[in-house]
Amino acid sequence: MKTDDLIDVLATNLEPIKRGELRNTVMIALAIGAAAAFCLVLAMFGLPAAAPGGEFSALKVLALAFTLGLVAAGASLLIRSARPGEPGRKLLVLIGLLFFAIFLAALVTLVLTHPAAWGGIVLGPQWASCLVCIPLFAVAPFASLVWALRRGAPTNLVRTGAIAGLVAGALGAAVFAIHHSGGSIPFIAFWYAGPILACAVVGALLGPRLLRW
Amino acid sequence: MNARSTELDLQRLMLAGLDGDAAAHKALLTRLSAHLRAYFRTRLARIGMAAADAEDLVQETLIALHTRRHTYDRSQPLTPWVYAIARYRLVDYLRRSKGSAMDVPIEEAEEVLADDNPSSVESSLDLDQLMARLSPKARQAIQFVKLDGLSVSEAAARSGMSQSAIKVSVHRGLRALSRLAAERKR
Repeated sequence: MKTDDLIDVLATNLEPIKRGELRNTVMIALAIGAAAAFCLVLAMFGLPAAAPGGEFSALKVLALAFTLGLVAAGASLLIRSARPGEPGRKLLVLIGLLFFAIFLAALVTLVLTHPAAWGGIVLGPQWASCLVCIPLFAVAPFASLVWALRRGAPTNLVRTGAIAGLVAGALGAAVFAIHHSGGSIPFIAFWYAGPILACAVVGALLGPRLLRW
Repeated sequence: MNARSTELDLQRLMLAGLDGDAAAHKALLTRLSAHLRAYFRTRLARIGMAAADAEDLVQETLIALHTRRHTYDRSQPLTPWVYAIARYRLVDYLRRSKGSAMDVPIEEAEEVLADDNPSSVESSLDLDQLMARLSPKARQAIQFVKLDGLSVSEAAARSGMSQSAIKVSVHRGLRALSRLAAERKR
């Protein structure tokens, strides 16, 4: 085929492109994934308890702020990753800072506590369910984000897969936090941040396979 | 023309094309094809691979640029976006042809480099063959709208599909073509 002929074919009956099409696709995927994860939580645990206790609700706010912060920064980094030639380093730094902040807060809490109590703080009552539930709740958001990214043009598939995994993991953790926010900041740092990072690693491994175009 | 004014010129054509200006889009793709040809020929020759494949890569990249043009951010320069896509297609090509194309002698590459008449350059891509592998709906939509030049409403009337179904089929079909072109056996 001659290149000029191909160009003629491509330019014939050209359709205009809507502004913000890529952003909308990713945001719709995020909303669908979040809704699916939330439904799964409702199916597994029912509606959250009506009146949570004072201290626990402050931790819940912290857990939600951490996870939703990751979702917001990650989603906007994801839109950039789906555009060829845009690095978006500032957002990567922001994500790093969120993890740094939660680990620092955990460290401070541990330093202020007697070492004998560390085990009880870190290994809260639900650490095992965090390990299982966060990745489980991340599956649907990850699938919908992959669907959206395949409509974009990611050029770094490992990195894009990792960010998709991170966003899906953070979203899974956010819906999990509605029910169980754990008993302490170190608990959140270990059993929320840990599974989220694991989701990012899985995303990085799956990226080249799932996102090729 | 220096790089900066070339960039502004190409970006102007791109923005007009995104808003539906077919003539601007055609001019853009024609000018980019010359840049891409030079880019791929140099790259392939440098690593001792057949420059004959450069035109395949040019066309694969043009289809990719066209089907992924919604990923261009209107506030950013165009050239980095184009070359990021070209580089992605090149890396993908090199990974797929690992081993099979490595034994092509370099002399052959130089011969092709000497033959530089853009209007006569042909690739080994065969549109009819690729089209045969599309779904019937997508094939018909592309045939009517892209090859026969029927308007979307004419194509809709003739095929019995809705106008939006025609548009979606054309878009999906072109994306599938892009994938088929990249994945076919060489």
